[in-house]
Amino acid sequence: MLDKILPYLLAGVSVGGQYALIAIGYTMVYGILRLINFAHGDIFTVAGFVMVYAAATMPLSVSIPLTIVLTVILGVMVEKVAYRPLRTAPRMSVMISAIGMSYLLQNSMWYLTGGLAKQYPVLPWISDRVNVAGTTTSRVTIITPFLTILLVVVLVVLIKRTKIGMAMRAASRDFETAQLMGIKINNVISFTFVVGSFLAAVGSMLYFSNYATVTPTVGAMPGLKAFVAAVFGGIGSIPGAVIGGFIIGICESLIKGSGLTTFSDAFTFALLIVILAVKPTGLFGENLTEKV
Amino acid sequence: MIKKNDHKKAWIALMIAVAVLVLVGALDNLPHVPSMLLTVLQKGAIYALVAVSMNLLNGFTGLFSLGQAGFMLLGAYTYAVLTVPVERQASVYQRYEEGGLGFSVTQSLGNSMGQFGLLLGVVICLILAGCVAGFFAWLIGLPVLKLKSDYLAIATLGFAEIIRAVVQYEKLGPVTNGSNLLYGFTGFTDFHLGSLKLTTVMPFLFSGLCIFVVVLLINSTYGRAFKAIRDDEVAAEAMGINLAKHKRMSFIISSFFAGISGALLAMFQASVQAVAFKAAMTYEILLIVVIGGIGSITGSAIASFLFVGCSEWGLRFLDNETTLKNFDAKVKFAVIFGVLIAAVVAFGLLSMKRKGEKLITRAAQGRPAVRWGAVLGLAVAAIALLWDVWFVISPRLKLPLLRSGFRMVVFSVVIMIMVLFFREGIMGDKELWDLGKKKRSAKAKAGVGNE
Repeated sequence: MLDKILPYLLAGVSVGGQYALIAIGYTMVYGILRLINFAHGDIFTVAGFVMVYAAATMPLSVSIPLTIVLTVILGVMVEKVAYRPLRTAPRMSVMISAIGMSYLLQNSMWYLTGGLAKQYPVLPWISDRVNVAGTTTSRVTIITPFLTILLVVVLVVLIKRTKIGMAMRAASRDFETAQLMGIKINNVISFTFVVGSFLAAVGSMLYFSNYATVTPTVGAMPGLKAFVAAVFGGIGSIPGAVIGGFIIGICESLIKGSGLTTFSDAFTFALLIVILAVKPTGLFGENLTEKV
Repeated sequence: MIKKNDHKKAWIALMIAVAVLVLVGALDNLPHVPSMLLTVLQKGAIYALVAVSMNLLNGFTGLFSLGQAGFMLLGAYTYAVLTVPVERQASVYQRYEEGGLGFSVTQSLGNSMGQFGLLLGVVICLILAGCVAGFFAWLIGLPVLKLKSDYLAIATLGFAEIIRAVVQYEKLGPVTNGSNLLYGFTGFTDFHLGSLKLTTVMPFLFSGLCIFVVVLLINSTYGRAFKAIRDDEVAAEAMGINLAKHKRMSFIISSFFAGISGALLAMFQASVQAVAFKAAMTYEILLIVVIGGIGSITGSAIASFLFVGCSEWGLRFLDNETTLKNFDAKVKFAVIFGVLIAAVVAFGLLSMKRKGEKLITRAAQGRPAVRWGAVLGLAVAAIALLWDVWFVISPRLKLPLLRSGFRMVVFSVVIMIMVLFFREGIMGDKELWDLGKKKRSAKAKAGVGNE
C-alpha cells in the first residue's frame, strides 16, 4: 500500500512546496494592499521564460541570479505601473487592473516567445534521479520542501525581527495609521513585491525543473491554486500559506494518483468554496470585524 | 402625458430595432459584403449579451463575480446536447457507445413544422440552456453569495473551473462527449426565409431581445433595489430591501442570460468544447464591461462590438509581417506615425494642464515631486519619434515589430491605459439615451414656459 502511495505523496509534497512559495507572494500582497495580485502567476511564468533564454547563452552561475533579479524588477514594475496609481481607487478597479496586467503579461510573453512551448534547461544536480525508499524520483522533489521551509523561516525572521518587517506588519494592520507613524508606505509595498517575486522566481525554478516545458499560460493555474492555498491557510498569514500549499499539493497529487486526473483542479476550487463557506478567515486568519 | 411620452419612446425604440434588423439582414444577403464583417457582427452581438449579463451583476448589483465562462459553458453544452441531430450522434459520440440523447429537439420540431418549428426548437433549447445555468447559479449562490468582493470573485472563478472539469469527466461522456468536440447541431446558418439568409439576423434578434429584458428589469423596482445594494448595502437593508433575496435574484438572472449567450456562442461557432471556456474568457468579458463603462448597458454593447471588431478584424494587420512598397510609402507611413505620436503627447499634456498638474512640482519638504508616469510617457514618445526619423533615413522597408501576436500586445496595452487613466470607460454609467437628456429637459422647460 505505502509503496504505491509514496511516489504520489512525494510528488505532492514537492508541488505543495512550490505552491507554498507562490502563495506567500499572494498572501503578503493581500495582507498589505487587500488585493489579489492576479499577475503573480504570470510573473512566475516570466521567470520560467527568462531562465530558458538566459540558460541558453550563459552559464548557470550567471543565469540563475539574473533570472531572480529580472523577476524581482518585473514584480516591482508591475506594482509601480498598475497598482500604485490606483492606491485610492475602489478595490474593484485595482482588481480589474491586476487582471488587465495579467492579460498584458500573457500576451507579451506570447508575442516575444512565439507561443511555442520552450524546453526548460536541465539544472544539474537538482534534476538528478535519486532513490528514496524504493522509488526513484528527481532530487528536486526532495529538496523543495526543505528549501521552502528554510526560506519561510528566513522570511518569518525578517518580518518579526527587522525594521522593514515591523513596517510591513504595521502596514498590514492599518494602512493609514502606519503612514501617519512615518512609515514610507510605498517603500514597504515595493519591498513586499520584491520578496514575493523573489520567492516566485525560486518557485518557478523548482516547478519547471519538474515539468520541463514553459508556455505563456502555464502559470495561470498554479497561480490560482497558490491563491487558494493562501486563502485556505488564512490570507495574510505566512505559515498558513505554507501549510495550505502543502495540503493542496498533496491532495491534488493523491487525486491524480487515484485516476481522477480531471478532478484535481476542481478539487482545489471545491476546497476553496467549502473553506470560504465554513471559515472565511481560513485556518490561521485573523478575525476581521467589518467596519461600516 | 407621461404615458403618451412612453408610447412614443417605445415606438421609436421598436422602429430602431426593426431598422437595425433589416440593415443586418441586408448585409447578410448583399453580395461583396466582407465575411469578416458578418463574423464581427455575429460575435459582437453575442458578446454584447454576455457583457450585459455581467454588467447586471458587477455594475448594477455590485457583486464582483468571475464565473461567467462557467455559466456560458453550461448553456452552450445544454444547447448542443439537446440539438445534435439523431443521425449524426453516432459520429459525434464515436468514443462512447450509446452516446447522445437519441433525440434532437430542433430536428424533430424542424421536420414537422419547417422553419417555424426550427425557430421554436431553438427558442426552447435556449431557454433551457438559460435555466440550467440559472439553476446552477442558485445552487452555487447558496454558499458563495454571502462572501464579500474579492472572495466572491475567486469563489465564482473556482466554480467555473469546477464546471469545466465536471463536464470533461469520462463518466459523463455519453452526454457531454467528455473532453471532445460537440458539433453538427443547429446553428445560425440553418435559418433562412425562403432564399433569404438570416445568419446574422438571428444572433441580433436573440441577443437584442435578451438585452431588452435586462433593460426592463433594471428600470423596474428590482433594478432600483439592485442599484441601492450596489451603492450602500447597509442603507439598502435599512430601507427594507432583502439583501440575500435580491443578490440571489441578480446572480440567477445574470447567469440565465450568460447561459443563453453561451448557447448562442455555440450556435455561432458550430462546435463547442469545454477547454475554450477558461478563466481567460471571463477576463475578456470583464474587460469589455470595463471599457464600456461599469453600469452602462449601451456601453457594454458598444464595447463588445469594438472589442470583437478590434481583436478579430481591425488590428489584424499588426499580426502580419509587412514590407512597404517603396520610399514614398515609407515617408507617408513615417509622417502618419509621427503625427499620431505628437497628437497623443499633445492630448496628454493638455489634459494635464487642464487638471493643473505639472511634470515637476516643488513639494513642501524641499524634495521635488516628479510625475514619473508622465516623464516616462514623454521619454517613450521621444524615442518613438527618434526611431521614426531613423526609419526614414535607413534603407529598410520592412516594418519592425509586426508579427504574430503583436496585435494582442497592442490591444492589452490599450486596455491597461483605459483601466488606469479612463476608469469611466466609454459611457461611464450613462446610457445612449441619456446623452440627449440635457437638451431635452431644457426643451421641456421651454415648452412649459409656452403653455
